[in-house]
Amino acid sequence: MSGIRDIHAYLAEFDDIPGTTVFTAARARKGYHLNQFAMSLMKAENRERWKADEAAYLSGWKLTEAQRAAVVARDYNAMMAEGGNIYFLSKIFSTDGIPFAEAVSTMTDQSWPEYRQMMMDGGRSPEGNRSIRASRAAEGGTDNEGAR
Amino acid sequence: MARITAGVGSSHVPLLGVAVDQGKTRDEYFGPIFAGYDWTRDWEKAEKPDVILLVYNDHASAFDANIIPTFAIGCGEHYKPADEGWGPRPVPDVEGHADMAWHIAQSLILDDFDMTIINEMDVDHGLTVPLSMMFGQPDEWPAKVVPLAVNVVTYPVPSGNRCWALGEAIARAVESFPEDLNVQIWGTGGMSHQLQGPRAGLLNREWDNRFMDLLVGDTQAARAIPHIEYLRETGSEGIEMVMWLIMRGALGAKTRLLHRHYHIPCSNTAIGHIVLEPVT
Repeated sequence: MSGIRDIHAYLAEFDDIPGTTVFTAARARKGYHLNQFAMSLMKAENRERWKADEAAYLSGWKLTEAQRAAVVARDYNAMMAEGGNIYFLSKIFSTDGIPFAEAVSTMTDQSWPEYRQMMMDGGRSPEGNRSIRASRAAEGGTDNEGAR
Repeated sequence: MARITAGVGSSHVPLLGVAVDQGKTRDEYFGPIFAGYDWTRDWEKAEKPDVILLVYNDHASAFDANIIPTFAIGCGEHYKPADEGWGPRPVPDVEGHADMAWHIAQSLILDDFDMTIINEMDVDHGLTVPLSMMFGQPDEWPAKVVPLAVNVVTYPVPSGNRCWALGEAIARAVESFPEDLNVQIWGTGGMSHQLQGPRAGLLNREWDNRFMDLLVGDTQAARAIPHIEYLRETGSEGIEMVMWLIMRGALGAKTRLLHRHYHIPCSNTAIGHIVLEPVT
């Protein structure tokens, strides 16, 4: 037994982690076609069609306008917000020939060289990065949900 | 009778496969990572396992968003390396052990674990990188492999407690397989890493090492760690560490530490590696 009986409370906690999009069932549903499109790039012939004409290739998938725009812009935070999952989205930057860490760095406030140096220096510290509520309380703010 | 002789925990960072395939394992960046596996490569040569139960997660390779099994077991004869977007890795095909896999699948289902059975699939870096780390670059892998895939991508993923209990059930299944086989169980993936969003790059050396402490000896405290703790402390993809608990659960009440290694960073992640044996 996991000891979890309240799925709403279980899911709500994920929203308290700063800078993090947890791939919940709701996001899996929202991003289904986006993720399936990305997955299709595992086939060499699809990668060639994609590279030849991105717009034409995308038109074959049931993406929303927001999803389509995020893909074209290679805006990975926007793709995550639209239900993308990083393991699926990795097929896009792999096709672009960009290393995983470099692609990930584009979602942060750092340049790729800065990000790489941060990792060499031990990575981003969990201190102050665990909880939005806790950080707010530490800053003297309120722990009130309504204040969000 | 088949017996589980050891457990191995290891990260399965895709960049390590690139380093192996491109001959960069002893350069300045990768040297300290691969040096941590030297002991294990020598040990594996002496141990000569017949079968490896390899617990890993598929990274949107064999399974797309259409079918999401929580626990799946490969019962096929062999598996090819997957094309993850840059062509398949130049590594040998993975040979399965279909008889043992089917035996374990049946035993687990009768033991109340609802396993998904897979006959055909390609295996991605989650499975092939640990093989490279432990065996180098042989013409063929020196052991048969039973792949055991765990959903650690789409939530809810299985609890740590459920994973530990699955490991216990796997041990019962292996013990009832009549062939005399030296079986290892590997739990792969994990250590702190977050691959997405503005918090990307999170690493937590203290937490990772405390987690490895909890795999040694007779404590069962790790099975109670909730998902939210993995997520807060080790990054969104640090949840992969629940797969190490399947390995630990399969080793029984008590373990002895044979080897341990930890290094920061490898690409976006911490890399951890531990070798355990059951104390009977």
